Amino acid sequence: MSILINKDTRLVVQGITGGEGTFHSDQMLEYGTNIVAGVTPGKGGQKFRNRIPIFNTVADAVKETGANAAVIFVPPPFAADAIMEGADAGIGVVIAITEGIPTADMVTVKAFLDTRETILVGPNCPGVITPGECKIGIMPGFIHKKGRVGVVSKSGTLTYEAVHQLTELGIGQSTCIGIGGDPIIGTTHIDALKLFNQDPDTDAVIVIGEIGGSAEQEAAEYIKAEMDKPVVAFIAGRTAPPGRRMGHAGAIISGGSGTADEKMAALSAAGAKVCESPAVLGETMQGLL
Amino acid sequence: MNIHEYQAKDILRKYGVVVPDGKVVTAPSEAISAAKELGTSVVVVKAQIHAGGRGKGGGVKLAKSPEEAGKIASEILGMNLVTHQTGPEGKKVNKILVEQGLDIATELYVGITLDRTVGQLAFMASTEGGMEIEKVAAKNPEKILKEWIDPVAGMRPAQARKLAFGLGLSGDAFKNGVKFIMALYKAYVATDASLFEINPLIVTTDGRVLALDAKINFDDNALYRHKDFFELRDLEEEEPLEVEASKYDLNYIKLDGNVGCMVNGAGLAMATMDIIKLNGGDPANFLDVGGNASPETVENGFKIILADPNVKAVLINIFGGIVRCDRVAQGIIQAAKNVQINVPLVVRLEGTNAEEAAELLANSDVKMEVATSLKDAAEKAVASIG
Repeated sequence: MSILINKDTRLVVQGITGGEGTFHSDQMLEYGTNIVAGVTPGKGGQKFRNRIPIFNTVADAVKETGANAAVIFVPPPFAADAIMEGADAGIGVVIAITEGIPTADMVTVKAFLDTRETILVGPNCPGVITPGECKIGIMPGFIHKKGRVGVVSKSGTLTYEAVHQLTELGIGQSTCIGIGGDPIIGTTHIDALKLFNQDPDTDAVIVIGEIGGSAEQEAAEYIKAEMDKPVVAFIAGRTAPPGRRMGHAGAIISGGSGTADEKMAALSAAGAKVCESPAVLGETMQGLL
Repeated sequence: MNIHEYQAKDILRKYGVVVPDGKVVTAPSEAISAAKELGTSVVVVKAQIHAGGRGKGGGVKLAKSPEEAGKIASEILGMNLVTHQTGPEGKKVNKILVEQGLDIATELYVGITLDRTVGQLAFMASTEGGMEIEKVAAKNPEKILKEWIDPVAGMRPAQARKLAFGLGLSGDAFKNGVKFIMALYKAYVATDASLFEINPLIVTTDGRVLALDAKINFDDNALYRHKDFFELRDLEEEEPLEVEASKYDLNYIKLDGNVGCMVNGAGLAMATMDIIKLNGGDPANFLDVGGNASPETVENGFKIILADPNVKAVLINIFGGIVRCDRVAQGIIQAAKNVQINVPLVVRLEGTNAEEAAELLANSDVKMEVATSLKDAAEKAVASIG
């Protein structure tokens, strides 16, 4: 078991014929992900790598191939529409990799998804991987190892760092989710924690957050009240100056709130093992298992 | 993206948001003629810099005659204005706004921003105008009224009325207040803003409602829809190295420390800064070279980092995912040949082909220390400064 995606996931790639879409589709296929369809409007009827059918719409792809997950490599101006198209076609999990979607578009997407069952991961995220079964996104597959620790993070390369530390120590991962660093995202820390808490094959979770917003504090409340698995946490941006956007659109301390220290304090008070240094995530987890 | 008060007011005016009449000038003589043109018995002279707290810092003054406006203008123009937002070094004033004086009855606050918790815009209003809203939020949160805006329905007139009543407006001021609130929302949405702050919003003795000050930030992700906003950017207000870095598409933020760092990915870049600090050093910058650390990006990164005279060591921390570390290593070696690096260099490459990369670095004639882990990298970088 795992969360969100597994060996039975049937993936449709939205934007499969674009540069990013093509490159990462090849990488995902190499990992063993079951890509059943691609979507590029106007290229319906063609095939990707001579075998994967391309459709004009996600609805067609779902109808013809039974796709149940979608990944989005569509450029920012069209990405919000692509997310909603996936949800409208009944896709269960939509993973949006695209970076740079306007916040106003995501406000609309959020309202649209509130009335539907679809789970959105991202945007502006590395994706989701269940090691050994299914990789959806842009993360390097080989650093992962199948196992029983869940990872949820706002960051891409910092997640790879954490996963690498775990794998080096022989600790495998159940599922790793990059939730993205934008102001509005689909799956939040708390959503991911709930899924991990329910997953019989996840024993513990690493939570990686960063400055900006209050999602980590909300996750801390959940950890305190409901979480019955150990949590190791790290918050990036202790040294970030206030009022500056640190790369991610959502990574900003505004009006004195959203600091790393307040998030670390909340997580610590909730019983999570908070790491001061990003270099000790793996060994801290090892100590808890 | 930040803009000046006068630019914000020009934008608001276009959407029917009432702002005082005024003119932006760059010389005392122009201030005198602007004051004459406005024709009010009192005018306000306001320094235009990208920072709040200008009044307390001495950048906003009343003038009772055009001549006095000219005199004040000559004092403010060129001054180094220090406010709680500029840092101790202050910001040089190059432009001033000369505005009509108004008979103020009440000072209020209104603002719009995204409430990230609910994923909707929040329209905020408070009777505590002129105060720092963060302080009001901390001390008297009940004095901040909030209306969340459903993206389908938009700002409803009933919500605007609720806010206007909540602000204690009545009569003409009430009607004008509702109009102001609706227009402000329209402007926010039309411009893809990320923050609107009208502080203070004023009610005049004759019941008019105007934005006495205006702060606007735009959503950078949406700027492609507003190409005309690019010309509002004032490069003089930005850190020169950051302006230079943006030409190379590098995400760079200058800090006060002495360990320069070059990292791929924003989260890892912040974490690298943090671990430098944790090891007793001080990061000199945030620099995310993105997912594709090519020789060119590495070379440009070096140029930017080393242009900061405070930098005493450079730490490169790359987690190669899809990007192969051996290619990054070649990039570092090539870049190091083109850029003169006269401070200690510590390199940590992890991920795809990390071993090949380590070998390449070890065999190159570029002087550097190779680190084997994140912890090792931070320790070596801090130690190299001594």
